[in-house]
Amino acid sequence: MKDLLNRYGPVLTSIFILLTAFWLLALVILPNIYLFENSFRPYLPIAEVGGPNDTYSFDNYLKFFESPIHIRVFIWTILYSSIVTVICFIIAYPLAYYLAKVADLKLVPTLFLLLFIPLWVSEILRSFAWFIILSLKGPLNFGLIGLGIIEDPIRWMTGFRSVMIGLVYTYVLFMLFPVYNAVQSLDTNQIEASEDLGAPWWRTHWRVILPHCKPGIASGSVTVFMLSAGSILVPTLLASTNSRWFTEIIQQWMFESQDWNTGSAYAFLLLIICTVFVSLVMRIFKVKLSDIAK
Amino acid sequence: MTAGVDLDNVCADFGTFRAVDRVNVNIQPGEFFSFLGPSGCGKTTILRMISGFTNPSEGVIRIGGKDMKNTRPNQRPTALIFQNLALFPLMPVWENIAFGLEVRGVDKNTRRAKAEELLRLVDLPDAADKRVSQLSGGQKQRVAIARALAVEPDVMLLDEPLSALDLKLRQHMRAELRAIQKRTQVTFIYITHDQGEALAMSDRVGVMSQGKLQQVATPREIYDAPANGFVASFVGENNIFSGEVAGAEGAFATFRTASGTFQARLGPNTTGAKTRLFLRPEHVTLQAGPGALNSIPVEVTDVAFEGNFISIQSRDSSGQMLVAEARNDGAATVPKPGEKLHMVFDPAHALILAGDTAAKDPDA
Ligand SMILES: Nc1ncnc2c1ncn2[C@@H]1O[C@H](COP(=O)(O)OP(=O)(O)O)[C@@H](O)[C@H]1O
Ligand SMILES: [Mg+2]
Repeated sequence: MKDLLNRYGPVLTSIFILLTAFWLLALVILPNIYLFENSFRPYLPIAEVGGPNDTYSFDNYLKFFESPIHIRVFIWTILYSSIVTVICFIIAYPLAYYLAKVADLKLVPTLFLLLFIPLWVSEILRSFAWFIILSLKGPLNFGLIGLGIIEDPIRWMTGFRSVMIGLVYTYVLFMLFPVYNAVQSLDTNQIEASEDLGAPWWRTHWRVILPHCKPGIASGSVTVFMLSAGSILVPTLLASTNSRWFTEIIQQWMFESQDWNTGSAYAFLLLIICTVFVSLVMRIFKVKLSDIAK
Repeated sequence: MTAGVDLDNVCADFGTFRAVDRVNVNIQPGEFFSFLGPSGCGKTTILRMISGFTNPSEGVIRIGGKDMKNTRPNQRPTALIFQNLALFPLMPVWENIAFGLEVRGVDKNTRRAKAEELLRLVDLPDAADKRVSQLSGGQKQRVAIARALAVEPDVMLLDEPLSALDLKLRQHMRAELRAIQKRTQVTFIYITHDQGEALAMSDRVGVMSQGKLQQVATPREIYDAPANGFVASFVGENNIFSGEVAGAEGAFATFRTASGTFQARLGPNTTGAKTRLFLRPEHVTLQAGPGALNSIPVEVTDVAFEGNFISIQSRDSSGQMLVAEARNDGAATVPKPGEKLHMVFDPAHALILAGDTAAKDPDA
């Protein structure tokens, strides 16, 4: 705060603070309060809004617990988001380690650029690209058959397979960066000390590098998990008939049934239960919130 | 167990830069050997090659007679104490020490017992369950030593392990390291840029400059019979005279300088080379009248009382600054600035040496 004042003077500083406050208030807090308030009111014809029937209740929330299908979709969403998170970690950790500790320093900026370029393409386009790649007569099956790895084309877009591929692809970088930062911040002498004391590579990772990276892994995991569970685009484009994502149900309430009240209640349920779930997992792995903030 | 280490024509290149240049030395089993040299002369690189983290670009490294070329660091019988110690901050002290045993599949109770035994050895008996961050610099130092000893290495490699400590502690740890080395009979290869440390602790010292080994000898020889100008000027204080040899007779020669012509002892490899005269401050005396031989008229400029000795700065007629040190025996008369005296020295203590001096000499 003092720094800001010293550097930019009182006028600019006030403008910065006002803009930030406006952004938070008008674009984040107010809409959420509006939805939150609405989630406790019944869905009524326009004429009755504000009338005697417009009273606060938990009815919208209870609808979820009374619908076994919605509960099942919710569990799938949590389960597959968790799997997506784990897969992202399995991909990101070796890559982060390579970039931070193995790769030639001169190559690293180029490698990061290569990782970034796909992000410049819109998420819709990328998801469509996967739609094409994964289709029954698409390039992936073509390639695999051409290489003789498989004989008959695989139906990729069945169950949650394609959704998971799409989500991993979309969010893996959100795992990579915090984990990269964590590995990067580890003193290389620690790795060498472990090796010098006789540790094989896997034990060095297990006892020295991974524990050091735990906060980074946790922050990446929370981000990927929350983004996956809240993703609407990827599931809409890549889901098959037998896989539904919880956000699709929220969307149904809001746009097909025009019932924003129940939609809001579902959205808050997703947020609350995911938060509880994440806190539980963090407790199991003994990660503190303050570790992640670092 | 203990093992010797042979460096046979070892070189290390980083790109076109040669950090270590044809180093040859045979370090004996159970020896306390120090590499001494200024920062950047390649000491750490040598240790990293012995421990296996850097590959020599040429030459052979043998430990216990066995070529280490294809042996990974985790298979070598060495233990390295890093310059910054590299203790594991997320493990308690005892797990740090027992890490090498954990790696070897030793069960937990044995590990714990061994860690506590080592903690007693390094005089930290109550630290087992502390966090590394709770320890002071000297305590961390001891934990690092214990952690390295735990794997019972044949060779201990120490990279300036005392440089972060304050003077008192440093001198205490010197003695302690020396004692541990004597007790365990493990070969110690010790790196330092502190000549006092190297001379006080080592059986032999290898003095390095710009990647090259300048001299390997006992501390006494390094100090009394330096092989060249670099070693003489890096180790200890000197009065240095530029000049030239004006005629040699056996081990002695006449040396002509701007301050006068002196009789001095000839060092090795001086024929045809650029030479200087080196004279230790404790080997000169200041007297009222001129001496018969090797006598320079000087004017005292400054006197510093150092406790156990008195350091007297003076200047001769050519403008050269000279230092004399007199032992403080409680009775010595101390000259005053401005006093005109004669500096005399014995030819046996004046050394003619070839080669450049270390950077701290403004002449270089
Ligand atoms: N990995 C490396 N890449 C490039 N140059 C290096 C590397 N390691 C050391 N050097 C260079 O080699 C020289 C010797 O380094 P080092 O062995 O660390 O010296 P010392 O330990 O004696 O201070 C230095 O000039 C240093 O810059
Ligand atoms: Mg060094």
